[in-house]
Amino acid sequence: MSSTSTIYDFSTLTGSIDASLHSWMAPGLALTAELVLVGLVFLTFYALLGLFLVYLERKVCAVIQNRYGPNRVGPMGLFQTIADLIKLLMKELIPIRRADHFLFNLAPFIVIIASFMAIAATPFARGLQAVDLNIGVFYVMAVSSLGVVGILLAGWASNSKYSLIGAMRSGAQIVSYELSVGLSLLAVVVLSGTMQLSGIVESQANGWWIFKGHIPVIISFIIFLIASTAEINRGPFDLAEAESELTAGFHTEYSGIKFAFFFLAEYINMFIVSAIGATVFLGGWMPLHIGNLEAFNHVMDFIPSMVWFFLKTFFLIYVIMWFKWTFPRLRIDQLLTLEWKYLMPISLVNIVVIAFIALMGWHF
Amino acid sequence: MNSEMLILFFIVGLVLVGGAIIFSSLAAPRSVNPIKFDPYECGIPTEGPAWIQFNVGYYLFAIIYLVFDVETVFLFPWAVVMKSIGTRAFVEIVIFFFILVLGLLYAWKKKALKWA
Repeated sequence: MSSTSTIYDFSTLTGSIDASLHSWMAPGLALTAELVLVGLVFLTFYALLGLFLVYLERKVCAVIQNRYGPNRVGPMGLFQTIADLIKLLMKELIPIRRADHFLFNLAPFIVIIASFMAIAATPFARGLQAVDLNIGVFYVMAVSSLGVVGILLAGWASNSKYSLIGAMRSGAQIVSYELSVGLSLLAVVVLSGTMQLSGIVESQANGWWIFKGHIPVIISFIIFLIASTAEINRGPFDLAEAESELTAGFHTEYSGIKFAFFFLAEYINMFIVSAIGATVFLGGWMPLHIGNLEAFNHVMDFIPSMVWFFLKTFFLIYVIMWFKWTFPRLRIDQLLTLEWKYLMPISLVNIVVIAFIALMGWHF
Repeated sequence: MNSEMLILFFIVGLVLVGGAIIFSSLAAPRSVNPIKFDPYECGIPTEGPAWIQFNVGYYLFAIIYLVFDVETVFLFPWAVVMKSIGTRAFVEIVIFFFILVLGLLYAWKKKALKWA
């Protein structure tokens, strides 16, 4: 690590903002100002990210199906999702007769807050992370799995058959696949010896875990990709909202902006799992270094850490979208068989193998 | 700073959803039609409530999940100290997994993992 590693360090930027606020404000006021600033930045990021991911999905789908995709509103259709958002904001919110109105209205709050709190722990770049907990991996898993409560509430409170079937399927699917996600992340926690996300990134300074950890970590990574695709209800595991049989699954009865929140949360969750996958397995914001190629490594150091993070994350997002538009949807029995009879035993054995590798010190 | 940040993110999420719903309910048009407020059912009039007894298969998977989820919670602290403790931690986890896999095999043999 040379001087290049410090020029892109965001902690100098945040530190100078902190110092300048404290220089002319009382400490309590400065803290409030900082919190408001962080809240506004993340709110903007969250909204823009959601809009961009929906646009990206439609474009990727169009490319795979040999179409143009959205191309009328704005340059290359970039403003299409903004127009959609305004339309959804202006739509009537229909109260369903005989629904449980309190739970019905509570569900979008839970889904959005769960995804918003998970994004707080994402390490975006060197020194740019809102909350750096020492149990980071565990926190992200815990918070993102809260979303299933919102989905079950939405399905149950609607008092509609389609919603109920969708919610039940979704519940069974999310809780099952959560185990495999946890076990595959454990592989890297064993090797790096920490659950802190920034610590895991630091441990990959001399090579990403997917390269350092031999074949078992590659197996973990593949299990993580499959299981997290299922956990966020994306195709080919999207039978919670299988359009052809369940109308829209758990959010059949939601209209207007409440529906938009479920839609938004689904896309943000896709970003979260990709970001966690990129951070844990692909080195997060660490640049790509190859062995002893000093010149190559030095050039790679000049690419800002944030660019690396977003490149890796969007690569994984693209892979997850690619899954959706390539594979046919599974049935519920196939889905549960895949998890309990294949992924689960494989990941249990894999953890033991990785623990053995860590014990013998065979990883790099 | 961490706990303030977590509360902040909670509040911002709350404000985002609440604000948008309030804005939408003020801006959106409203019309009354007795059919419109029924839960959707293929276009025919809604028949009975959806709050009924449900397939027990989901319940079985929920129970198996609970066992393995508690196991995952035990595994996380183990994973952090695994390298520093060494052989003892490894032997312990092999015994732990042996018991767990017996449980999984039992559920498998009892056809609990089969969707009926």
